[in-house]
Amino acid sequence: MRTMINNGDGETAVSAKRFSLNFFLRWEWLLVALIIVVVIVNSQLSPYFLNTRNMMRATSDFMEMGLMMLPMAYIIITGNIDLSVASIMAMCASLLGYLHIQGVNIWVAAIAAILLGVLGGTLNGFLIARVKLPALVVTLGTYAFFRGIAYGLLGDQAATGYPSSFTFLGQGTLGAIRFPFSAVLFIFFAIIFGLVLHKTIFGRYLYAIGNSEEAARYAGVAVGRTKMSIFMLSGFMSALAGIVIAARFGSTRPDVGTGLELSVITATVLGGINILGGSGTMIGAILALILIGLMRFGMGLVNVQGQVQSIAIGLLLIFSILLPNLAQQLSRRSIQIRRSTVLSTATMLVLLGFFIWFFFWSRAAILSQ
Amino acid sequence: MTVNATAPSTRKSGSLFLTLVRFRELSIIIFILLLIVLVAIDTPTFLTVENFRNILLNISILIIVALGQMMVIITRGIDLSVSATIGLVAMMVSFTVVAFPGISPVVALLLGMLLGAILGSLNGVIITAGKVPPIIATLGTLSIYRGMVFLYSGGTWINSFEMPDSYRALAKAAPLGVPNIILFAIAVAIIIYIFLNYTRPGRDIYAVGSNPDAANVAGIPVQRTLFMVYLISGMLAGLAAVLWASRFESAQTNTALGFELQTVAASVVGGVNIFGGSGTVIGVILGAFLLGTIDYALILVQISPFWQLAGQGLLILIAVIVDSAIRRRLQRLGGTGEL
Repeated sequence: MRTMINNGDGETAVSAKRFSLNFFLRWEWLLVALIIVVVIVNSQLSPYFLNTRNMMRATSDFMEMGLMMLPMAYIIITGNIDLSVASIMAMCASLLGYLHIQGVNIWVAAIAAILLGVLGGTLNGFLIARVKLPALVVTLGTYAFFRGIAYGLLGDQAATGYPSSFTFLGQGTLGAIRFPFSAVLFIFFAIIFGLVLHKTIFGRYLYAIGNSEEAARYAGVAVGRTKMSIFMLSGFMSALAGIVIAARFGSTRPDVGTGLELSVITATVLGGINILGGSGTMIGAILALILIGLMRFGMGLVNVQGQVQSIAIGLLLIFSILLPNLAQQLSRRSIQIRRSTVLSTATMLVLLGFFIWFFFWSRAAILSQ
Repeated sequence: MTVNATAPSTRKSGSLFLTLVRFRELSIIIFILLLIVLVAIDTPTFLTVENFRNILLNISILIIVALGQMMVIITRGIDLSVSATIGLVAMMVSFTVVAFPGISPVVALLLGMLLGAILGSLNGVIITAGKVPPIIATLGTLSIYRGMVFLYSGGTWINSFEMPDSYRALAKAAPLGVPNIILFAIAVAIIIYIFLNYTRPGRDIYAVGSNPDAANVAGIPVQRTLFMVYLISGMLAGLAAVLWASRFESAQTNTALGFELQTVAASVVGGVNIFGGSGTVIGVILGAFLLGTIDYALILVQISPFWQLAGQGLLILIAVIVDSAIRRRLQRLGGTGEL
């Protein structure tokens, strides 16, 4: 997948020319270009887009996603996946709320929430690394289990009334430009996660496991322990995201962040991290988060509903992988136009045409009533 | 990983045991029986035909969609867009039926299947022609299709009283003594069973999932097979959408939200190998039945409704762990039982 855009940084360049070409064909530059396009288009569409205060306020909407994306990048690089992050987030936020209602000091509650998150991550890690069950299956189960604990803790009530010293974590800002505190938190962790991934042996192990778990094991990598630790890390960061989201909303409901895990995975993959494992960079994932944030912010300003915005994000996700693949296929060999290809393409186009026609026709039929 | 149902049996002694062992669905049946016994001890009224019928009623839609999901998973893929497909098709068909109340329910069903098949084949094109990994492609179309529901309805929904009677009766009427929706699930299960076991394209699905390269060398049309499973998955989701709208007498923007994970859970609990190559219709039905029984049992033993989801998740985890433990033990004994 996506071999045209070379993500591996261990590649030796054959010639200087090829090196520079590879450098500019990197996925990250495409994301930068897309970000520039989005900024230009949006600043034309709405005069409020380049307003610093608006943008800073919008930034804090994506910080929980960002905090969970950092360990998700590690997990996907090793060829695994964690569907339970949003559920851990909700579980920890709910424990925090529950303890707060019981009269426990908010900071003690926050520490308990963090511990619960690490415990949840440990359960995932244990089942994946020790019992050797597939990550998709395990985290699908804990996805329901952890969310269920959130409902069990809070039921249908919402926990509110957090002290302002606590809500500062999610609502507080720094300086005249109102830089959100949660963004400081994100940048702090992003730097650590990026350095660990790209500059340490642990980081190299993650790529090694993603490329071939078997080979990594024979090379002496403690595969089980590494996998265990990244899922624990994911639990920790999800708990932190839970605390930040509770502080930002000033209240906790057990259904907080439903479906957020798919947004986190979307950002990670859009950032050029191979879903099959083995390649990708942290800076790419962060750029993808910025791109998604700017797109959603811009569409929100021109009154596009949140759910309709997700159409654009979905298209971006698919085309980000589809287009390089198609370009590669076209460049590799001259296109052979066969009759069966033409026929199936035509059939597909007719069917899609019918769908689009029916989409608008049936809608008009009822809206006219 | 492989379909080695024909592993050479060197040991003749204890062949009955080995036959049982090779019956892949054994562990889940044990688990279901165990659960039923435990619930029956707590609540003796559990063991009635009425309760059994209710469980079947609850899982019929799940069975239909999970069988499509199973075929996709056998080919090493996953279809996360089924829930959004259900949401979009349910909304479009319900709008049409409300605008034209004279439409026969059969036409509504066929329309739903056609729309679902188109959405499914779009997944298929993206995955086969575009070489996009299935999890990414269907994650993308999940967002797109769900967004289109909002675009289509503009945030409105279809209520029970707006729907024509024939449409509402589609899922619930019981001209044959059993509610139609259960009959639909049974019919789909039988057709897919025959398709997977006795037709060439059906067998190809297993071959592609076991080893795509070998399948390609053997002359099996790998790309066409992949396209087909996504088309079928979408078509079944479209069928399920019409039944969903009819059963719950509504079409909303969040219809079937999160349902995709339930279909994957039913498949996985039912012994479908998440890495492809194996999975059976019986297994998925048992998986769905287990999930349905868990849901029903948790209500019956009067666990606080707020703890039910946690109970569901925990039992799914236990089922998967027990299943893998049994399989590993059997692998050592009998040499079969693929992971």
